Amino acid sequence: MQIPVEGFMYPNEVELQWSILIVLYPFITGLVAGAFILASLERVFRVEAVKPTYRLALLTALAFLLVAPLPLQLHLGHPERSLEMYLTPHRSSAMAMFGFVYLWYLMAVLLLEIWLDYRRDIVVKSQTTTGVTRLIYRVLTLGSSNISERSLHIDERLGYFITVIGIPSAFLLHGYVGFIFGSVKANPWWSSPLMPIVFIFSAMVSGIAVVMLLYMISTRLRRREIDICCLDKIAQYLFYIFVIDFSLEMLDLLQRIYEADESFRSLDFMVHTRLWTSQVIVQIVCGTVTPIVLLGLTQILSLTDTVRKRIYALAGCLTVIGIFAMRWNVVIGGQLFSKSFLGYTTYKMAFATREGLLTAITLLILPFIFLLVLVKLLPPWPDAGPVPASGASPAHGTS
Amino acid sequence: MDITRRRLLLLLPAAAVAWKYVQAGTPETAPNYKMTEHWWAMLIDIPKCIGCGSCVRACAEENDVPEGYYRTWIERYHVADWRIERPDVESPDGGKQGFPPSEIGGKNFFVPKLCNHCAESPCTQVCPVGATFVTPDGVVLVDKSYCLGCRYCVQACPYGCRFINPKTNTAEKCSLCYHRITKGLTTACCEVCPTGARQLADLKNPKDPIHEFLRTHTVQVLKPHMATGAKVFYNGMDGSVR
Repeated sequence: MQIPVEGFMYPNEVELQWSILIVLYPFITGLVAGAFILASLERVFRVEAVKPTYRLALLTALAFLLVAPLPLQLHLGHPERSLEMYLTPHRSSAMAMFGFVYLWYLMAVLLLEIWLDYRRDIVVKSQTTTGVTRLIYRVLTLGSSNISERSLHIDERLGYFITVIGIPSAFLLHGYVGFIFGSVKANPWWSSPLMPIVFIFSAMVSGIAVVMLLYMISTRLRRREIDICCLDKIAQYLFYIFVIDFSLEMLDLLQRIYEADESFRSLDFMVHTRLWTSQVIVQIVCGTVTPIVLLGLTQILSLTDTVRKRIYALAGCLTVIGIFAMRWNVVIGGQLFSKSFLGYTTYKMAFATREGLLTAITLLILPFIFLLVLVKLLPPWPDAGPVPASGASPAHGTS
Repeated sequence: MDITRRRLLLLLPAAAVAWKYVQAGTPETAPNYKMTEHWWAMLIDIPKCIGCGSCVRACAEENDVPEGYYRTWIERYHVADWRIERPDVESPDGGKQGFPPSEIGGKNFFVPKLCNHCAESPCTQVCPVGATFVTPDGVVLVDKSYCLGCRYCVQACPYGCRFINPKTNTAEKCSLCYHRITKGLTTACCEVCPTGARQLADLKNPKDPIHEFLRTHTVQVLKPHMATGAKVFYNGMDGSVR
């Protein structure tokens, strides 16, 4: 397949190395980190208004985290060797160390927190259900069926402690993804100390937006009333964090324009041509400025509940699209220009190949299937807690 | 030894197994080679390069480089006037078949490129499993039996020297013909260069003419601001070269 090239590329540069799957990787990881940060608002910072989304946010984070390594795995030339990254890691490699950051976050933070939070429900269900369901819940108890008041109090304390550790861990998780790109000094589009910070804030933005949308959709599907106070509070946080995120990105842009180093002319040309639609139109205008303005309006105007809900839904969708475009522009944009700064190549996305569009769509749908299973298994709704078994004490936050 | 029918039947399967390895080429040993006594580099004398492409062809043949990928290549620069920041550069098929005569006036010159075998190489730094490494004699190599094919090293190389071999799905680059230089030979590209524009150099060997050359000529490395400790030295390199 002939790849259109403009100007001069080093001969080995014409073919893009990282495809749409690598776009998904920071996008999905960002959703994980953002969803967890939203969950921690209630647990650590005691923002009671967002309580209805606490468990949903945790399950969303888990569903996306389970999918996060798949695009990487599918992208590898030798996926069968991927475990070597854990067995014989190269300590100077940002990518190798990410494996451990991921494992830490999955095993020590997210799974543990969810298990502790749901332990009472799991134990009750293992006693009140029958057949295969009972077996599943029995396995999930991990042999711990003590739900005495003292035991639940320990769960609560431990859960709090894990969330406190979880916040810097979530920052580490996605900041580290930013570092994987930001530390590549050969690529001026990526190489920036601001990259991890921008990644963290954009992660929070996308994660909060996704949980907000999921909360709205799931509440509607369950034919319940949306807690507008909860939604207002989430939208308020989304607005504030989005403003910080946008400011950081603009700061980075301003710095680049003012410095105008040797790469600037090349990057500037790229933004005005190949990345114009994805960066300027989709990411900045539609995916950043519009949702910020919409969310800002809800902060200053007195709007009815229905109008606010519609604005939140629209802003949430635009935000997620905008953050996806941002990941696209970082990953794909960073490979479209030559390191000689004299030419540009083109990304030709295949459809039904291992790294094609179909695979990417499947990987984007997969977390929602996982979430569906998790929600069935561990209902996150505040009004869906199990009836306590005789002798069991009511636990926090489940009724 | 008498070859009986029975003995022949026993020997045939063993010979069949062995033949595969005979065909693949038994690795030669280099008993007198001590890695710690060498520190390999290369000198490119730009004014001597005529852009014939012999080096690119020799490299491709010696190292079984797949079509469309390059362990080494040649760029032709054309600088018309004072605009050295915007040179016209071309490298059709990596310069493998040479270059058509230039129709434009001004300054034209050829720049052979290859892996810079950096002492502080960003590609080895980022490899998640250490499949690419710097040998004690200063050559950056890739262990293709260990490489994951994650392509991080390709991204990290500032010089565009790496690619993913579509046959092995692993990272590949110039090995400085390590299989040759450890046996006292020079690299395939240096061997065929008709003008001596490429010279293999051993920086640890005090008798190597490179030392005299470096003392008496204005020599540069590519992209020195990258601080990679590049060991491919260019003599007579124009400021327009990227």
